[in-house]
Amino acid sequence: METQNQIAVKVGQLSRSYGKVKALDLLSFQIVKGELFGFIGPDGAGKTTLFRIIASLLLPDVGSVKVGDFDTVKDFKEIRKITGYMPGRFSLYHDLTVEENLNFYASIFGTSLEENYELIKDIYSAIEPFKKRRAGKLSGGMKQKLALSCALIHKPEILILDEPTTGVDAVSRVEFWDMLKHLKTMGITILVSTPYMDEASLCDRVALMQKGKILTIDKPESITANFKKEIRAVRSDNIYQLIIDLREYRHTESVHPFGQDVHFIEKGGISTTATELTDYLHQKGHHHIHIQNINAGIEDCFMDLMKEE
Amino acid sequence: MIQKQNIIIVKNLVKKFGIFVANDHLNFEVREGEIFGFLGANGAGKTTAMRIICGLSLPTSGEIKVAGFDIYKEREKIKRNIGYMSQKFSLYPNLTIRENINFFGGIYGLSRTEIKTRTTNLLEKLQFTHAANKLIREIPLGWMQKLAFSIAILHKPKIAFLDEPTGGVDPITRRQFWEMIYEAAEQGITIFVTTHYMDEAEYCDRVSIMVDGRIEALDSPAKLKEKYAAESMNDVFLKLARIQLHESV
Repeated sequence: METQNQIAVKVGQLSRSYGKVKALDLLSFQIVKGELFGFIGPDGAGKTTLFRIIASLLLPDVGSVKVGDFDTVKDFKEIRKITGYMPGRFSLYHDLTVEENLNFYASIFGTSLEENYELIKDIYSAIEPFKKRRAGKLSGGMKQKLALSCALIHKPEILILDEPTTGVDAVSRVEFWDMLKHLKTMGITILVSTPYMDEASLCDRVALMQKGKILTIDKPESITANFKKEIRAVRSDNIYQLIIDLREYRHTESVHPFGQDVHFIEKGGISTTATELTDYLHQKGHHHIHIQNINAGIEDCFMDLMKEE
Repeated sequence: MIQKQNIIIVKNLVKKFGIFVANDHLNFEVREGEIFGFLGANGAGKTTAMRIICGLSLPTSGEIKVAGFDIYKEREKIKRNIGYMSQKFSLYPNLTIRENINFFGGIYGLSRTEIKTRTTNLLEKLQFTHAANKLIREIPLGWMQKLAFSIAILHKPKIAFLDEPTGGVDPITRRQFWEMIYEAAEQGITIFVTTHYMDEAEYCDRVSIMVDGRIEALDSPAKLKEKYAAESMNDVFLKLARIQLHESV
């Protein structure tokens, strides 16, 4: 059945608590069909709870979630047919081989590996040479590819990936996002969560989450473009001392290390010239000082929104 | 200036599991008081090497000295001179903050009076005094990681080993955590840290990058970027580690 409108997921006034802890606090948003949508936030933001509810594996306390035309509570059977869910922990059968796991998941959904081979070909081909190996004996990267293949085997309309790149090295993360981009071209709506802020730019839209709430929801480039404060990237030969000295400077609003730079924001906008700031840092004993006005990144925005909360 | 001593010396470290060579002749030194980043792709052999250096497993061959002690003969002495924390295991969730400090203080062999004073100081410094009797499972992850680090250096070890200490932590806490690392290093504690956040690699004095069981590069972030004509440590890492990925699945 074709969905009537273009909304793939609709979440309204959704709340969920575990005892006293509010895991999700009145979330409302919509995801458009075909979007690659990122939920970005640290542990405890509520990403897993949200995904489990959308996948119909957990009941909401309040509010409703619709996936296509289906309600996650009433029509959970339908939802499971059209969603593919990859949990954060490796949840396949360790004792079954790669091939057996795939065949098992395919048969549950009344399909076969052959029928949907095209869809998973790119991902599966990397592990196919090991198809007789038990899943428990695979490397981390291979397990991830197998889990993604199993989540895709029934040709879902919506793919839900819970922190697929957590604990994964920088190279494998790049490769994983390439796979997602490719799946997107096949029209699959993808919901992905991640604690890595730099992955935001790879999504069509993102929700920045913290403690069960959505801080903001938009295109990544719009979030950064809407950042109103002026940021300077400051560099010197001693990052730790630089942080301390900048914090003591007049008008300082925030000082945060960002790799080789320190991002420095002054209250009410830039009020000192680069020369004045350089002189101050020279006086404090810094060398190789470099100051540059820069545009905000997602992480700058996230930290700023966190403080407002 | 006093020449800094090497506090970790690794010569020709080899570790084999059956026919698989996890560590293939590693050679490196870590200087006293430096922040040493130990990077590598998943499966490159970092954890294996780290376990050996901490005295938790024996190498197949090689000479290793940690804090002046021999890895074969003086492993118990090594353990007494190091602190360890990881993202996966750090504190006991069913004990309170105070009980965890007490417990680990005892394990590290501190006296009752020492534990008492250090507990008070630690709670004040972290501003946890009001929450001392809360269970670990009730406190936010960010607090827990800061506390775990403080406890790992409670006995003032010579070296602190940190295995992905900031995984899953929010961006502000992650930065506060690194300031604690800087502070510990200023006090002379050598920091040996692994991370998947490449911006954190920039905060290290020196960084080694493991590829396929070997150390492919070791230098300061500035020198590495220069050598590999890279904008950031992320680029350096991608350039080095990508080779491995295409050799083995």
